[in-house]
Amino acid sequence: MNRFILPLGAFALLALLLAVGLKQAPDKGTIVSPLIGKAAPPLELPNLMDPGVKINAEVYKGRWYLLNVWGTWCVECRYEHPVLLDIKNRYQVPMLGMDWKDEDAAALDWLAKLGNPYDNVVTDHEGRTAIAYGVYGAPETYLINPQGIIVHKRVGPMTPEVWQTQFLPLLEGRKP
Amino acid sequence: MMLKNLLASLLLALCATQAWAVDPSPPLPDAKLQARYLSLTHELRCVKCQYESIADSPVDIAADLRREVRDALLAGQTDEAIRDTMVSRYGEFILFRPRWSARNALLWLAPGLMLLGGLFVGWRVLSRRSQMLATDESSVDEEGTV
Repeated sequence: MNRFILPLGAFALLALLLAVGLKQAPDKGTIVSPLIGKAAPPLELPNLMDPGVKINAEVYKGRWYLLNVWGTWCVECRYEHPVLLDIKNRYQVPMLGMDWKDEDAAALDWLAKLGNPYDNVVTDHEGRTAIAYGVYGAPETYLINPQGIIVHKRVGPMTPEVWQTQFLPLLEGRKP
Repeated sequence: MMLKNLLASLLLALCATQAWAVDPSPPLPDAKLQARYLSLTHELRCVKCQYESIADSPVDIAADLRREVRDALLAGQTDEAIRDTMVSRYGEFILFRPRWSARNALLWLAPGLMLLGGLFVGWRVLSRRSQMLATDESSVDEEGTV
């Protein structure tokens, strides 16, 4: 009996290790942003509607807002778009759009045809600001609090479920 | 023989063009910087296509990250500072070679621990076997004499 203890123990340890690995497997593809809980990086980019003028994210200081990274080349952004419009209509959350590595004309056309949920849209042609935010695939949506801290991040399209379960509870807990 | 050589060199040539195709940027002005650029871009993970390094990946974000590395090198940053910047944006995950930290300690120590475990088990099995052999022989001896 005694001689089984060692191999059995080793097997149990291995099983435990694999079980933990399997449990964590589903979110393996999503990078958990180290920026959550930290100040949003500086953002000052040209206004899509008026490229000569830059918009600084500082204008949102003191308010909760969403930063949505999108592009007309991004298929999932098209699926997400009606959801963003719906969120805008129902909750009036300020929404800053970042048109990432895109053509201005295509972006303007997209907003004209599909509707515009954003109060401001900035363009990041070079993708430098996006990298500062740890963006790696559009669409991505950040929830930023009145102190300018990134509270939550969604990688992938916004859906009503994600909004209800992940964003709204955080937003409702906001201080007046 | 000729044909074989020709084929081999052709294959090699193909490999070479493949290697260039991913990173079209011109080499850095200084050979030392270029060497650091190559080693850094090979140890940083492409965040989009997660099983490739940014040096090997043709996607847009990998090119942007290579540009970040290049600019930082030209600005005189150290390799460690560049890694720190990348980790602050994308997390430890971006490093193909995990760092030594309390969280990663088990990861780094596991191979050594497993080796020690294996040696211990082997030693135990061997010593027990020789003990059994020793007792066996004595019993045979006893039987022989009895």
